[in-house]
Amino acid sequence: MNFDYSEEQVMLRDSVQRFVQSQYEFETRRSIAESETAMSAENWAQFAELGWLSIPFDEQYGGFGGDIQDIAAVMEEMGKGLVIEPFFANVILFGGLLQNSGNDALKEKYIPQIIDGSLQGAYAFVERQSRYQSADVLTSANKQGDNYVLNGTKTVVFNGANADVAVVSARTSGGQSDEDGISLLLVDLSSDGVSRQNYRLMDGQLVANIEFKDVSVSADNLLGAEGQGYVLMKAAELQGSVALAAEALGIAGKLNELTLDYTKTREQFGTTISTFQVLQHRMVDTFMEYELLKSMLFRALCSWADGDDEFELDVRALKAKLARSGKLIGDEAIQIHGGMGMTDEMSVGHYVKRLMTINAIFGDGDYNQQQFVQLQDSAA
Amino acid sequence: MNTAFSEEDLAFQQEVQAFIKQKYTPELAARAANPKTFKDAQIEWQKILFEQGWIAPNWPAEYGGTGWTPTQSYIFDNERAMAGISDVVPFGLKMVGPVIYTFGNDEQKERFLPAILSSDDWWCQGYSEPGAGSDLAALQTKAVLDGDDYIVNGAKIWTTYAQHADWIFCLVRTDSSGKRQSGISFLLIDMKTPGIEVRPIHTIDNYHSLNEVIFKDVRVPVANRIGEQDAGWTYAKALLAHERVSIAEVANSKRNLAEVKKLAQQEVNGGQTLYSDTAFRSRLAETEIELMALEYTELRVLASVSRGETPGPESSLLKIKGTEIQQAIQELRMQIAGYYCGVLGQDDIGHEFGSAARQAYMYGRAASIYGGSNEVQRNVIARAVLRV
Ligand SMILES: Cc1cc2nc3c(=O)[nH]c(=O)nc-3n(C[C@H](O)[C@H](O)[C@H](O)COP(=O)(O)OP(=O)(O)OC[C@H]3O[C@@H](n4cnc5c(N)ncnc54)[C@H](O)[C@@H]3O)c2cc1C
Repeated sequence: MNFDYSEEQVMLRDSVQRFVQSQYEFETRRSIAESETAMSAENWAQFAELGWLSIPFDEQYGGFGGDIQDIAAVMEEMGKGLVIEPFFANVILFGGLLQNSGNDALKEKYIPQIIDGSLQGAYAFVERQSRYQSADVLTSANKQGDNYVLNGTKTVVFNGANADVAVVSARTSGGQSDEDGISLLLVDLSSDGVSRQNYRLMDGQLVANIEFKDVSVSADNLLGAEGQGYVLMKAAELQGSVALAAEALGIAGKLNELTLDYTKTREQFGTTISTFQVLQHRMVDTFMEYELLKSMLFRALCSWADGDDEFELDVRALKAKLARSGKLIGDEAIQIHGGMGMTDEMSVGHYVKRLMTINAIFGDGDYNQQQFVQLQDSAA
Repeated sequence: MNTAFSEEDLAFQQEVQAFIKQKYTPELAARAANPKTFKDAQIEWQKILFEQGWIAPNWPAEYGGTGWTPTQSYIFDNERAMAGISDVVPFGLKMVGPVIYTFGNDEQKERFLPAILSSDDWWCQGYSEPGAGSDLAALQTKAVLDGDDYIVNGAKIWTTYAQHADWIFCLVRTDSSGKRQSGISFLLIDMKTPGIEVRPIHTIDNYHSLNEVIFKDVRVPVANRIGEQDAGWTYAKALLAHERVSIAEVANSKRNLAEVKKLAQQEVNGGQTLYSDTAFRSRLAETEIELMALEYTELRVLASVSRGETPGPESSLLKIKGTEIQQAIQELRMQIAGYYCGVLGQDDIGHEFGSAARQAYMYGRAASIYGGSNEVQRNVIARAVLRV
């Protein structure tokens, strides 16, 4: 039994930590978030140089050959720094889907471009009506000769505004919510018939609604077999959830630390507010939630490494736990900061908003808890 | 024991409904919802209420109050909230107004009350300071007597809507020698006086309501002092009790909960509405049950107030529970918004309420902080009720 990150993982983690500490102060992050693209091209180039963009990819394409544990080590530090560059959307979601796609030609063409930082990709899977049921797909892809004709609208596409290409879930057969009959297509977003509406979310990231109107996509751009895309989607959802949980853990730790520090300096009634037992107990609760969240993350990382059947169950539990712990930790951080917690000037509120955004990606606590129960029922 | 409406109450309810329907037009509602036109629309609505004689249900009739029974006040507040109308801006009508008619002299009553009732004057509250939040008596903004004026120097913070205000009521320090609470005075200050600067504070909900107000050698006539010098703490405390009761916002929560239900009935999740999802439904019920209990707690307090008792530590109970319920409802709305819960701005992106849900949720964090934080309210109850 061993809960330590490997030497390699520690090196990765330290490299992100160094970057955050030396080049990503809160004010720098703020100006990047407020910039037109909500990311820094220079930072992205540096991520490529540091090798972070290669982590999940096979060595034959120039990748690091890393796994979800390597990703977690990096994401936790990104969480602490509130890194807004689209590492999650581009490398983990888009890149992860490609990596698992079994389409060697596509991998050969695009993975090197992700790794060298020249390509921005996205994963377009949410629709207005779908909520967290990613199998609820109305976007359609009709085969015509060697091409598919794509129609429909995807919403809240992470990195959608900056992306050159996107993996899009589309129905090639079956009913609206069937898992069978969904196909994944890699679409060049400069194609005719693609239009985007960009907007920001509270965590500062720039997302897009992307409409596809009779967009012609080569059948060569299929990820996985036709109609079998849901398997890949599910894997992306589970691995993405773990990555997000690691980021959330970094945020949660940071919130607890900022809050504790604040109570040691803020004076009211002639003493620092850290001396009030009520606040001490509340900070003990948030400390405990942080530790429990970390344990739950490690549990999922271990079941992944052990090739355990429990992996999916653990991930659902992790995401449900994240919802509850994150809510408590975020709420208490603002509350204990008093009026200062409400200001845009302090970083606390920004951490909370990212935490809340993470909560809604791949399903909130209730959704994941329901998935957890269903899994238990289907196993029984 | 009963709470059934009488014939007269039912007739009054219909009168209120008809009035709102006629006067609160969709056009006015749209302007009130837009930050750019909010102030004018709010004043316009308050003037409509004023002309009807309904602007100050909480005031004694002799000063322009309605003379309503508690039941009528309850009916009015519910109908207002159910129609989606914001309550009046509290600083004049619910805070400083009662202080002026209770502790002010005749000249002050004549001078200030009419413009509060007519909403010609917009007030803000200058209590908190950077070093004086929960510990309000630590305030340091100084007022030094100079002939017929005080000269005021210092800084107030978290001043809601100071950017709109014509007047600010302030707690200032006039004596630092004795007990901290006994050297505080209550001043009414014209925001146009030279030496006052208002600086915006940007907040996590991306909506401008908070400010710093800086005073640099600001001259305030002694005639603008309420009551005695150094006795301001007594007046301030009376006001805080009023503030807490109105912070409970039971009627608004009932309305917001009804809206959340409606949204949940529209939002589909995996082929069924969120409203028929058992987990969501059970959260909704949990919040509704708490609200039902709070509503009757508020009615009990109102009934005792109408017998002439002043709200005591019960107001702290209403504040704590009221704000907890507000926050629970905001969370439900965020949950319904799902992926759209973080949308910034009012742009039409194909989702109608995500941005509003976010704004309400983020601002709503403050409800357990302002008006005396919920921790401080618990301390109050522990001392005043449990006597520990
Ligand atoms: C949105 C908003 C609007 C506001 N509007 C106004 C306004 O219009 N006018 C005005 O004057 N003020 C206003 N305020 C200020 C508000 O009243 C103060 O924020 C509040 O009194 C808390 O003070 P503080 O922010 O300094 O927090 P602090 O007093 O520093 O408190 C920090 C934390 O310590 C806790 N704490 C403090 N003392 C104790 C204790 N003894 N025991 C246990 N816990 C304790 C608090 O509960 C809080 O969690 C507003 C505040 C906000 C957020």
